[in-house]
Amino acid sequence: MAAFVIRRLLQSVLVLWLMSLLVFVGVYAIGNPVDILINPQADQADIARAIAALGLDQPLWQQYLTFLRQALLGDLGKSFAYNIPALQLILERMPATLELALAAAAVAVLLGIPLGLWAGLAPDSWAGKLIMSGSILGFSLPTFWVGLLLIMLFAVELGWLPSGGRGPTSLLLGIPVSFLSWEGIRHLILPATNLALFKLSLIIRLTQAGTREALLQDYVKFARAKGLSNARVVGVHVLKNILIPIVTVIGLEFGSVIAFAIVTESIFGWPGMGKLIIDSINVLDRPVIVAYLLIVVSLFILINLAVDIVYSLLDPRVRLGGATD
Amino acid sequence: MSEAALRVENLRTHFFTRRGVVKAVEDVSFSVAPGKILGLVGESGSGKSVMGFSIMGLVDPPGRVVGGRILLGGRDLLRLAPEEMRQVRGNRIAMIFQDPMMTLNPVLRIDTQMTEAVRAHADVGRRAALERARDALARVGIASPDERLSAYPHQFSGGMRQRVAIAIALLNQPDLIIADEPTTALDVTVQGQILYEMQKIARESGTALIWISHDLSVIAGLADEICVMYAGRVVEHGSVDQVLDEPLHPYTGGLIASVPSRNRRGEALRQIPGMTPSLLELAPGCAFRERCSRADGACAQDPALSSPAAGRQVRCFHPLTQGATA
Amino acid sequence: MEREPTPLQRLVADFARSRLALAGLALLALILLAAVFAPLIAPQNPYDLAQLDVLDGRLPPGSKSGNGLTFWLGSDDQGRDILSGIFYGLRISLLVGVVSTLCALAIGLAAGLCAAYFGGRTDSVIMRLVDIQLSFPSILIALILLALLGQGVDKTIFALIMVQWAYYARTVRATALIERGKEYIEAAMCLALPPARIVLRHLLPNCLPPLIVVATVQVAAAIALEATLSYLGIGVPITEPSLGLLIKNGFDYMLAGQYWISFYPGVALLLTIVAINLVADRLRDVLNPRLQQ
Ligand SMILES: Nc1ncnc2c1ncn2[C@@H]1O[C@H](COP(=O)(O)OP(=O)(O)OP(=O)(O)O)[C@@H](O)[C@H]1O
Ligand code: SF4
Ligand SMILES: [Mg+2]
Repeated sequence: MAAFVIRRLLQSVLVLWLMSLLVFVGVYAIGNPVDILINPQADQADIARAIAALGLDQPLWQQYLTFLRQALLGDLGKSFAYNIPALQLILERMPATLELALAAAAVAVLLGIPLGLWAGLAPDSWAGKLIMSGSILGFSLPTFWVGLLLIMLFAVELGWLPSGGRGPTSLLLGIPVSFLSWEGIRHLILPATNLALFKLSLIIRLTQAGTREALLQDYVKFARAKGLSNARVVGVHVLKNILIPIVTVIGLEFGSVIAFAIVTESIFGWPGMGKLIIDSINVLDRPVIVAYLLIVVSLFILINLAVDIVYSLLDPRVRLGGATD
Repeated sequence: MSEAALRVENLRTHFFTRRGVVKAVEDVSFSVAPGKILGLVGESGSGKSVMGFSIMGLVDPPGRVVGGRILLGGRDLLRLAPEEMRQVRGNRIAMIFQDPMMTLNPVLRIDTQMTEAVRAHADVGRRAALERARDALARVGIASPDERLSAYPHQFSGGMRQRVAIAIALLNQPDLIIADEPTTALDVTVQGQILYEMQKIARESGTALIWISHDLSVIAGLADEICVMYAGRVVEHGSVDQVLDEPLHPYTGGLIASVPSRNRRGEALRQIPGMTPSLLELAPGCAFRERCSRADGACAQDPALSSPAAGRQVRCFHPLTQGATA
Repeated sequence: MEREPTPLQRLVADFARSRLALAGLALLALILLAAVFAPLIAPQNPYDLAQLDVLDGRLPPGSKSGNGLTFWLGSDDQGRDILSGIFYGLRISLLVGVVSTLCALAIGLAAGLCAAYFGGRTDSVIMRLVDIQLSFPSILIALILLALLGQGVDKTIFALIMVQWAYYARTVRATALIERGKEYIEAAMCLALPPARIVLRHLLPNCLPPLIVVATVQVAAAIALEATLSYLGIGVPITEPSLGLLIKNGFDYMLAGQYWISFYPGVALLLTIVAINLVADRLRDVLNPRLQQ
């Protein structure tokens, strides 16, 4: 167990280092760092000062060390557009993204498991077939296109829900959140649904396959032979068995939900990190781009690491140390 | 015989598969009295398990009971509403499955799996249910049942798991227990212990027992009556002594000849030639005729069940005569 | 005497047994034709400024332009015929999707075969790389590359190649490893036949069926990802608009109720992706020996 954690930690550090190298090469070696890191509106003297401050007159390897040291100290430069440290800017936007991602995960789970169960219990019914074909569509349609349809239908045509923005937020433990007010929830519904769609399809398919598999098992038949009600057989004996792989997948996929939030946030004007990065790319706010890449990749590595460790803890064979016979 | 715990009459269970109809149980009748043990023998695929599931009302689609009656204490189970049937399952009739490694849910603790079986049928609290679970475990010979209750199935050996399954079957003092080859997957010593315990339980509590097996020697030491199934039909029925000493059906004769036994030491063991016919769209006529040494033209017709002596039945045009075995 | 059908004939016959797949194939053929012959069949050259008139801007479907042209699917803010825009946009979308898939296929094939054939260190280095890459979602990798490289058709293609190659490498390696374990390959290796011969004659042909399936699915995924990137404004440039960019251009008008500027390019994108997926689904069933009986 300890060896496993250490190996995964080392691997994470390696990936992070590779990433820093990639960003460095992209910014300093391929692009012109003066363009990338110094505000194009700066005058000649400013530029000279900045070049010296950033050490751009030094050899490349030394520049890399400087870059690495500053990154480790949390100094990733100042945003041109907002004129505040890039790191601070991104951290300010992070709660919105996390709230959206969590809401999406909740939608995916709360809808996906019941729908998957239904499709698994009645695979030949029209409802079961409809659910499964729907999940195929959910897999193959691009998120942004579904997002547009949602806006067109629910915001423009029906006018039930707002077409974008985050709406009012309230503070929860000092973090601004939407879900505490009805107006905030109204703003959250469409983007969360949109972001959930892909994972929803995934969970439906996993649950359906798991249910069909479990229904064929002797232990389910034995549970019925005990005279348990259908609700108990499905809700306890079947569900509990398929929940372990589903929970794992949800954990593993959470990083990808955050990544795909880029698309959803852009469509719905949701003020999170994803919209920030696209805006920054469009106005060439490069320090923010560099900071975003480093932060998101770190976040990603952390999530993957956490899921790996938690999973190895949850796996009963690891946890309980094997059978006694 | 009005006091039979269970009486099955002309039961027919068919599977409507895409490739045709499989008549897994065809026109089967028998009955078991309280405290008695009926051995159901037949080779693999002869319809024994389907027979058991039909009684439980647990035949999986595309299968369906298409005819007959299953009388439990005078009530026809086939006419019960789903909820009434659920109350019978695990309560009046319990079933034990073949593979102990697969019958317990791997992610639920033993106490959960036992108390839920109690509370599905009786309005008792968790503590009372636990009490009953502990007693049942003790009855099937599990040491320190209190600790065992909070374990997961994978912490038990195969024999222990089967004991737990038997304990679950005993929880509600059923009128009938159907044991579907519960000892085949276990080693011989454990098998012997479990057989002994089951026999004792049946005798003491007056529970009727249907013991399904393909192994005649197991049935011989355990059962009161024997029902031999072949290709979904009962081909011979009688008391243990009658059937084993004077088999009438050529198939039963073959089965007995292929059991190693002390009586015929030195004689070569005989195998029944050929294989079980596919039950898919079975041609009319005696299903055994491809493998039967006594077959003739008459056997192209369906033989009817005849009763040559009291309590005995056989489905054959040319039954064996006394003394001859196959 | 009746001749045995060749494997290919059997595949075709198998494929044709699904009506839905045939419909998908027909749709795909129509889409391809529309893309290839766009200059011939489009009512208008949407990028010839001389043919555009801003006065024709944002007309709903079915209206007529100043010079008598009917905008069957409406026009955009520049007075561009949406239908023509779609035909031209399909070209870019399909070009990016197909070219990137083919290049990624070639790279992944080479990497996967190397990993399977040489094993050992080569294998672990390549597969480590594949694992790390696959642990990041495709959109993030494409975003990183495009953020560093900037917009462009060529850059988008490059980003999509980088996103995809790992899938192929993994598929190829898995199949090749199974094949490599078989006796005839071991015999060939004992005979010291040249590696190129073993790889090309024995390993490669066996990797093709799963590869074809993965590649078909991936073309659809690549087209969808390209559309997403272009919608975000970091994919293809405005001078060479793909379907994704057309959708982006109409987004603001959509909120004002002028849905057609975004909607019809979106429908074209949808049909393309669904058609490819229908074909891919059937190919998977037909090419998967486990499902055949
Ligand atoms: N779900 C099903 N679909 C189709 N046919 C089935 C199904 N279940 C059972 N059968 C058929 O019913 C017949 C009887 O099966 P059954 O399981 O009762 O045999 P058995 O006597 O219990 O054999 P064994 O000793 O192997 O357990 C078999 O021929 C089988 O083909
Ligand atoms: S009916 Fe004929 S074939 Fe069937 S068992 Fe009797 S003798 Fe043999
Ligand atoms: Mg059986």
